[in-house]
Amino acid sequence: MTEEKAKKPAKAPKLADPVASSIDVATQQLIARAQELGIDTVWDRAENMKPCAIGMQGTCCKNCSMGPCRLPLPKGGIEGEDTRKGLCGATANTIAARNFIRMVAGGAAAHSDHGRCVAEVFRSVARKENHDYKIKDTIKLKAVAEALNVAITVEVDGEVVDRDIDEIALETAEVAYGEWGKPEGEIIYLKRAPEALYEKWKKAGVLPRNIDREIVEIMHRTHMGVDQDYKNLMKQGARASLADGWGGSMLATDLQDILFGTPYPVQSEANLGIMKEDHVNIIVHGHEPILSEMIIAASQDPEILDYAKSKGAKGIQLGGICCTANEMLQRHGVPVAGTFLQQELAIITGACDAMVVDIQCIFQNLANVAKCFHTKLITTHPIARMEQNNVLHIEFDEHHAMDDAVRIVKMAIDNFENRGAEVMIPQQKATQVAGFGVESILYHLGGTFRGTYYTLNDNIINGRIRGIAGVVGCNNARTRHNESHITIVKELIKNDVIVLTTGCNGIACAMEGLLTPEAGAVYCGPGLAEVCETVGIPPVLHLGSCVDNSRILLAATEVVKAGGLGKDICDLPAAGSAPEWMSEKAISIGQYFVTSGVYTVFGYTFPTAGAPVFEDYLFNEMEKLYGGMWDFEADPIKHAHKMIAHIDAKRKALGIDKARERVLMDMADRQALEA
Amino acid sequence: MSKLVAFAAIQGGYKVVSTAEGAFTKALASYNADTKIGFPNTAYYLPVIYSLTGMKVETLEDLKKPLEFARGLLPPHVKGKNHLPYLGPLLDAGMAAIFSYEIIEALRILETPDFYIAQEDPDLEAGKKWVGPADDVILRKRGVEFVDGSAPGFAAIVGAAPTPEIAKMIVEDYQKRNLYIFCAANHNGTSVIDQLLEQDVQVGWNTRIVPFGPDISSAVFALGFANRAAMAFGGVQPGDYKTILKYNKERIFAFVNALGDIGTEWGTAAAGCVNWGFPTLADTDIPEILPTGICTYEHVVANVAHDEIVQRSVEVRGLKVTVSEIDIPLSFGPAYEGERVRGADLHVQCGGGKTQCTELVKMAEMNEVEDGKVEVIGPDVTDLKEGDTFPLGIFVQIAGREFQSDFEPIMERQIHHLVNYIQGIMHIGQRDISWVRVSKSAMEKGFTLKDIGVVLHAKFHQDFQKIVDKVQVTLYTKKADVDKITKTARAEYKTRDERVDKMTDEDVELFYSCTLCQSFAPNHVCSVSPERTGLCGAYNWMDCKASYEINPTGPNQPIEKGECIDPVLGQWKGVNEFVYKASRGAVPHYNFYSMVVDPMTTCGCCECIAAMLPSCNGVMTVGRDYSGETPSGMKFTTLAGVMGGGAQSPGFVGHSKYNITQGKFITGDGGLLRMVWMPKMLKEELKDRIDKRGAEMGCPGLYDMIADETVGITEEEILPFLQEKGHPALTMDPLVG
Repeated sequence: MTEEKAKKPAKAPKLADPVASSIDVATQQLIARAQELGIDTVWDRAENMKPCAIGMQGTCCKNCSMGPCRLPLPKGGIEGEDTRKGLCGATANTIAARNFIRMVAGGAAAHSDHGRCVAEVFRSVARKENHDYKIKDTIKLKAVAEALNVAITVEVDGEVVDRDIDEIALETAEVAYGEWGKPEGEIIYLKRAPEALYEKWKKAGVLPRNIDREIVEIMHRTHMGVDQDYKNLMKQGARASLADGWGGSMLATDLQDILFGTPYPVQSEANLGIMKEDHVNIIVHGHEPILSEMIIAASQDPEILDYAKSKGAKGIQLGGICCTANEMLQRHGVPVAGTFLQQELAIITGACDAMVVDIQCIFQNLANVAKCFHTKLITTHPIARMEQNNVLHIEFDEHHAMDDAVRIVKMAIDNFENRGAEVMIPQQKATQVAGFGVESILYHLGGTFRGTYYTLNDNIINGRIRGIAGVVGCNNARTRHNESHITIVKELIKNDVIVLTTGCNGIACAMEGLLTPEAGAVYCGPGLAEVCETVGIPPVLHLGSCVDNSRILLAATEVVKAGGLGKDICDLPAAGSAPEWMSEKAISIGQYFVTSGVYTVFGYTFPTAGAPVFEDYLFNEMEKLYGGMWDFEADPIKHAHKMIAHIDAKRKALGIDKARERVLMDMADRQALEA
Repeated sequence: MSKLVAFAAIQGGYKVVSTAEGAFTKALASYNADTKIGFPNTAYYLPVIYSLTGMKVETLEDLKKPLEFARGLLPPHVKGKNHLPYLGPLLDAGMAAIFSYEIIEALRILETPDFYIAQEDPDLEAGKKWVGPADDVILRKRGVEFVDGSAPGFAAIVGAAPTPEIAKMIVEDYQKRNLYIFCAANHNGTSVIDQLLEQDVQVGWNTRIVPFGPDISSAVFALGFANRAAMAFGGVQPGDYKTILKYNKERIFAFVNALGDIGTEWGTAAAGCVNWGFPTLADTDIPEILPTGICTYEHVVANVAHDEIVQRSVEVRGLKVTVSEIDIPLSFGPAYEGERVRGADLHVQCGGGKTQCTELVKMAEMNEVEDGKVEVIGPDVTDLKEGDTFPLGIFVQIAGREFQSDFEPIMERQIHHLVNYIQGIMHIGQRDISWVRVSKSAMEKGFTLKDIGVVLHAKFHQDFQKIVDKVQVTLYTKKADVDKITKTARAEYKTRDERVDKMTDEDVELFYSCTLCQSFAPNHVCSVSPERTGLCGAYNWMDCKASYEINPTGPNQPIEKGECIDPVLGQWKGVNEFVYKASRGAVPHYNFYSMVVDPMTTCGCCECIAAMLPSCNGVMTVGRDYSGETPSGMKFTTLAGVMGGGAQSPGFVGHSKYNITQGKFITGDGGLLRMVWMPKMLKEELKDRIDKRGAEMGCPGLYDMIADETVGITEEEILPFLQEKGHPALTMDPLVG
């Protein structure tokens, strides 16, 4: 089978080495399978197209048509004055900073626009204009209402009583929706952060006013001839990143939880082996649960199941790719088919009867791969379509969500009989326990009566747990698939650092078996293993999709509030990492972690290498402003140890670097207890 | 290994909840749904359920809600592989079991009302071994010991030791460390209590060995006791489970010793206790849970050797206890204070109406006495035959650079409990009406009268090192000597009493605070003046003064009265400022002499509570040992529940018994002449003083005008009596307005 792309290289394209491409056997098998079938995948393309060296350094400016101006950093660096400048005189620092915060803008826009779609659905539900979606979690609704300063009680005849839940929902929806474009004030959720951190932001002048405005302002400030001071540019980058983390992303997570339920631990599976030859396989790929929730409901409908059986299938197997996978996993236990990089491979199995996609991280090449099989590739989102003519577009209208979902599922069922003979589903799949969140962690740290993050803090203080790492982010075809993810996470847990994960790192860990409680005894240091055993948790806790990185912010805040580990997120023995990042969203996430006080290390490459002064600002100077800073380390072991060194430094600063003494209380000690 | 614990405890949770549900259904078949149900004489319903959920169980059908709640707490079973997290579920299952155990016990009391004997000590002759849930009288009486630190915590022992000797060893070790030992459950039909009885160990609240009940469900009484302490002394509101459990973790130093094989029902109970922060130490090989967090230190420690279990337990709970090592041949400690020497066990005795027994402490010059000298002048107990009586004079001379003669009565009052602390010796009374009984077992262990001197010397030095430099003790046992010392003592008592009785609030510039119980009642602060002794009855102004001199940073601090704001109600600027600060801003001011206008707060350990009786235009007061109804419409325990925990409640005030006849007792509201009702027992106890104080106030017949429960327990019932007697309150100004 040959590819029908317009442009063909003169000589035969190079093929990727499957084993060198991924640490995952299923992936290796399917890369080989694709090559056998003459279908190119992202790994093959990576062999044939090298990244632009100047773009990689972040010093190519194409913001006006006098350029692109390219300011590469000479191999040996620059001794003395850096005289590089563009036609307008923009320095390498200005160009790199502009490019960097445009990435923040791109990422923040993606998360926040996702959030906006959820807010729109939530508002339509609150207004009772929508009957397919419902408010599933009223406890979360009340918590979110309170965080948005919406009253949850009312006074009736001098007595305080619970406010009508519909009223709460309506006002919450209006207030939440207002966060994107309100003309005055600041993002309400900022006050959820530890007080010291909020004050830091205020002092630095980076409190975002609303979500959209900060993104727009980045586009303005990076326009030709506007902001030409990298520090001032980064100030806006920091502000927009907060609008993402503590705004758009956090609202997306919260409103999704209200509509679809707050996740609680579930058992499931991961990797392409979850697809079943005798089932209708529907792969849902993208990011918004708005779509996937309905697909799940439709595929569980007995009538639809009967319909599937009538077409010769034993049932319907749903599987997720990328963050849609994480959304379906954490709320329903739907198994995960694969990471971002495995999206083409799901079709190459030959058993994918429909791949349904919405937004973000979707390869346009899926259409080319689908063309080689019977697979229906269905785009659903009005802002995300594809030019290829084999792609179906069924626009998902939230007011007719169930009808649309049923139509999509039926289309997949109808397509079951069109499968060719070339089905090759790999055997590999791993068990996982996922679905952790701020609420469920609280519960599992002490039950209904004693649930508190202090249990975690106590074990950090006593040294059983050395620290907390957030390891998140994408895959990148320029690195061996999952290798850095897994190496870093294993190194961390080996050193008693508990790992919180989201996104494709979460999926990678699941595929490796790290999301099982049994992994504690196998991979962890003795302290972390003991805590995992006591609580019954895996050493790596999967907190959801990439917008759910907001859960990590809130979890960190809860840890601060529980006491004993300082007053601010930057005091915690904690660090962040994105080992195999590729998207602009990763930069936005990284920046909001840094702005929230987290030491954040990226792997593979860092897009400011061509502007050492600016990079130093990100890697060192930023800590003085926010308590957190960036770092880069491609080597996964060194990467993990940079994080551990930071954690150890924080432990020392907290005075918990030594073994804790057992304090025996006498009566005088007890009398001195605070009320 | 935690997984096995979780698996077993969750299974146990299901089993126990089902058992409770079965018992409930069965009870509903034989009793009406509105049948009254509950534990005896408590204002806290079924206390664990009430404290943690706010649910008041009063009738059989009220059990339905907590049972449903318990059922709802039960988590899914733990799967063998790739299980979901289980710590939270495990604790929930344990809590469901605890609720169910309390329900099972309530149903047992419904069906077998005399299963437990509702008193402090068992009645073994009547076959009543188990005392069951402590009522509120015991709670408050014993609670004070937890509050002031004389009982640092409790060990809940379930099961039985391998041998009675081991049981005795463990329990006596806890006694020595002053802990209470709460016993429940059995191992193969034997309980620790059986083993102790076999070894002739006295059990009961008085020896701090509490035989709660024969089954694991009876262990719930320990938790009910702890939670009531949080409500009664900590002022925590029922239903505020987070605060109640945190209070227990931080302030109630309790733990579980599981002796014998641990089945799922014990396992789930242990898991339940972890919610309280109470760890379990077992003598069997069970999976351990060592990481910290819910408990302060380890959660489950296994395979503990019997000779180490006491030391390990207090360490795991994070408790520091001091053992008084005193060179006498008998065990010594507060746990023996309540021990009785009954007739059959009596070897010899002195005092108690049979002979004279007198105690006197006198200050001495440094060169007059020899420290540590203990002399017995006359025959010793070893010279006597079984059943003999002898006279005794205990004369203690104390010298110290900081010692003052004002401290003499304080030191003298220590003699009672210090002698009582000796195992096998019983001491009753004080001054010239003391009574000492020496048991056969004490004699067997080699007791001589010298040991009394050794104890007093050692303890006076230990407890009062700041003011005591030298202590010399002389014990007279010849009649002539005793008579002589008695004569001296009586003159001394008279001088002292006159000095103290005559002392008024106006005479002094300093009052003293007492925050001894702030470990339990964080917002409460007592102020003690010469005419208003501490409401617990344990501390008068002089005690506080001495305590301050002994320990200048301790719980008794001087308060400069400052400017007098209201001489009638008894309010001073300096006191207000102090109280505001010491109550952590909770109480801005209070009055010493009024129960109507901004009265003093109480921690919940008050001896008596006075309440207004508006239609009688008077007040009543009730002591904590009276468990009946009162004209206020509330029993003592309900009253205490209304006003404990440091809250100010106009119309009510907590006070000591002694305070009733002190010069300033509610003088802002009209004084003692307002008193229209008291329990008979209390009235009789104070008869002489009431007569005296009544006469001083111009009403010599007051005693006979005060109604008691024999007259009535409602205002309507007592009013005709008051009218007939011409009680002065009826013609006084209206109490309110």
